Amino acid sequence: MKRMEFALDLFTVFTLTAGALFFLAGTVGLIRFPDPLTRLHALTKVDNVGLGLVVVGLIPQADGWVGAFKLVIVWLLVQLSGAIVTQLIAGAIRERGPSV
Amino acid sequence: MDSFLFLIASFILATIAGGLIIILRRPAEVDRIMAAQLLGTGGVAILLILAIATKASPIVDVALMLALFAAFATVAFVRDAPDPQNTAQRQ
Repeated sequence: MKRMEFALDLFTVFTLTAGALFFLAGTVGLIRFPDPLTRLHALTKVDNVGLGLVVVGLIPQADGWVGAFKLVIVWLLVQLSGAIVTQLIAGAIRERGPSV
Repeated sequence: MDSFLFLIASFILATIAGGLIIILRRPAEVDRIMAAQLLGTGGVAILLILAIATKASPIVDVALMLALFAAFATVAFVRDAPDPQNTAQRQ
C-alpha cells in the first residue's frame, strides 16, 4: 500500500513538472512568435496541454471519485471555451487586420 | 507533497506574470486579449493545484468561474464594434 502511494506521488510529480514546462513553453511562444495567428497557436494549444497534464497529475491526489471527476469537468470546460475562443480571436484578426 | 504542489503553483504563477508584463506593453489589442486568455488558463491550473494542496475543494468552483469569465471576456472583445478608423480605411 505504501509503495502504491509512492508510485502515485511520483506520477503526480512527473506530470505536474511536465505541465509547468508546457506553461513556460506556451508563454515563451506567446512572447516570441512573429505574428498574431502563430501566437494564438502557441497560446491555445500548448497551454491546454499544460492544463491537461496538471489535471491528470492531480487526479491521484483528489479526494475520491467525485473530486477527480470535477477536475476533469473543469478541464473539459476550458478545452471547449479554448476551442471556441481561438476561432473567435482568429476571426477578429482576419476581419480587422493583424495590427488591431 | 503539499510543498511540491505549492512550488509548481508558484512556478506557473511566475511564468504567467512575466508573460503578462511583457505582452501588456505591446500596442496591439489582440495581444492583450491573448494575455488575458493566458491568465485564464494558467489561473485555472494554479487554482486547481491550490485546491488539492490546501484540501479546500470549493477552490475548484472558483477555477470554474475563472474559466467561464475568461471565455466571456474574449467574446466581449470580439463582439466589440470595429475601430472606426480601420473601417474607414476599408470602405
